[in-house]
Amino acid sequence: MKTAITKNKPGGVAAVLRSSQLASLALLLVIFVVVGLVPTMTQGYVVTLISYMLRYAILALAWMIFSGPTGYMSLATAAFYGLGFYMAAIFSGRMPFPVIVIVAGVVGFLVALGVGGLTLRLKGVYFAIFTFALVLLVQSVVLEVERLVTHTRGRFVQTTSVSTAYYAMFVVLVLTVVVGVLIRRSRYGLALQSIGEYEEAAAHSGINVVRTKVLTFAVTAVFMGMAGAVFATQRTYIDPYIAFDLNQSFLPVVMAMFGGMGLLMGPVIGAALFTEIQEQLQTRFPNVFLLIVGAVLILAIVFMPNGILGLAQQAWGKIRGRRTARRVGVETGGG
Amino acid sequence: MAILTDIVIPGLLLGGIFALVSVGLSLQYGVARVLNVAHGEFIMVGAFVTFWLLNSVNLNPLVSLVVSAPLVFVLGLILHTTLFRRLMDTSPSLDIFEGRSMLASFGLLYVVQNIARIIWGSSPHNVLFLNRSVTSAQIPLNRLVALAVVIVVGVIFYFFLAWTRLGKAIRASAQDPTTAGLMGVNIHTVLAICFGLGLAMAGIAGTLITTLFSIDTAMGLQYTVIAMIVVVLGGLGSISGAMIGGVILGLVSSLVTYFQPSWTNIAYYVIFVALLLARPKGIMGKA
Repeated sequence: MKTAITKNKPGGVAAVLRSSQLASLALLLVIFVVVGLVPTMTQGYVVTLISYMLRYAILALAWMIFSGPTGYMSLATAAFYGLGFYMAAIFSGRMPFPVIVIVAGVVGFLVALGVGGLTLRLKGVYFAIFTFALVLLVQSVVLEVERLVTHTRGRFVQTTSVSTAYYAMFVVLVLTVVVGVLIRRSRYGLALQSIGEYEEAAAHSGINVVRTKVLTFAVTAVFMGMAGAVFATQRTYIDPYIAFDLNQSFLPVVMAMFGGMGLLMGPVIGAALFTEIQEQLQTRFPNVFLLIVGAVLILAIVFMPNGILGLAQQAWGKIRGRRTARRVGVETGGG
Repeated sequence: MAILTDIVIPGLLLGGIFALVSVGLSLQYGVARVLNVAHGEFIMVGAFVTFWLLNSVNLNPLVSLVVSAPLVFVLGLILHTTLFRRLMDTSPSLDIFEGRSMLASFGLLYVVQNIARIIWGSSPHNVLFLNRSVTSAQIPLNRLVALAVVIVVGVIFYFFLAWTRLGKAIRASAQDPTTAGLMGVNIHTVLAICFGLGLAMAGIAGTLITTLFSIDTAMGLQYTVIAMIVVVLGGLGSISGAMIGGVILGLVSSLVTYFQPSWTNIAYYVIFVALLLARPKGIMGKA
């Protein structure tokens, strides 16, 4: 296997890294197989729950692939996701399901390409505000188009079976993970990282800053659109308020932070846990459910800014640190 | 003449409210560096405190300003000292703080809105105070009163910033918090006060909105969006920019509503997008 980036670390550490990489690869494979087999083992709620988790994992991961390294806080997730909903509604019954999902991805890509090309020269908080407004803009436009052109309010979507949607989500997530890994391991990922650290310096060292940013933004929008198209088939009716819901922009960000943004695993873990917490709260405290979600969100940001992975790394660092300290002590004592 | 009475005057009156809402947000972002997504929720709190005082003790909405504004101000102080100060201390850089504080304020949006829904329910209420027209131009009295309040608040705030010691400290902290801190400004207190003042303006706007429009506990977000657009229009962190931006957006709203009411939202965003692309630092923004 060719490793794209070899970091200058001493040989011993590299060997350890490789074996731990192998271990995590194996773990990933096991998780994939288990998750892939779930619909054959059980039915009903568990399958639905996991497909919700997969959906948020896609959104959170896709969000992080772009916003994590570059530091551009995108709140446009719901726009691409909602467009996916509408693609599913418009083409439902006219095209086979996989084609619809691909079309939704392509539409997400093209819209993100346009939006990104126009706005990615905005810095920091301006970009966040712009993407925030984009969702509402698309929502208002779709509402008006429905009112004036099609004279409808909302649309019906042909449903697919729960397990079809599940597998579709699963495939999209696998694609997202693969693309995430590829980007991270390539020169491209390094370019993104350096844009996040110091954009001008990145430009001066020969990175085509605009193209890198816009392309990544558009690629991540593909998965958001696909996730939307798949999820739309799980509800029979959609309208602009359901499709372009700002919560779907914020929640993936929260989940990515909740999991931790150091590794690609983080958003997936965050999405799974947060979805489970949400489901539990929703069934147990339907009235104050969103209140608690808000409180959990604030507490998570205040007390674990680096997410669950950050906490784990901290704990692991402490254990390792103690171990190293002991070894160093023995060596100096023996020498 | 019809243009004047149907578009310009209502636009200016509406613009006053928008300006007040936006100055609050601008103050929070410009000095305390919190892009408060929950800003509109505090407008809602101000509105419902007014509504509640009117219903329970029959308090005049204009008098209830002296309750709603300080109440929301104190809420802001508490929030800043407990939540945002902590975030500021633990964040490695200002960019990261801005991101985290925005997400935290999103959590706040959920919390405030749902507490309000539990207390006041989710049905809309129509208070409409002083809803009779004066002069031959058919301008509702409540809109004039609201504009007067906005102007008074604006003038007081301007002189507060320009003449008082605390105002000077706020301006210094907006320019350079570190240096202001070195010059003996208690930066944490100043930031908390700014955040609180920003919310207090939201509270005042909420009270005024109660006298003008129907209110419900989900009304916050629409005002947050308006405030964000206005603030970017005027230049992030610029108080005078927020005032001008508010008036411009009020006029636009009034103009579009006159011809095609359902396009108002789209017009907001189109202006917003166009401005962000043409001049992202805003009308009065620096660098």
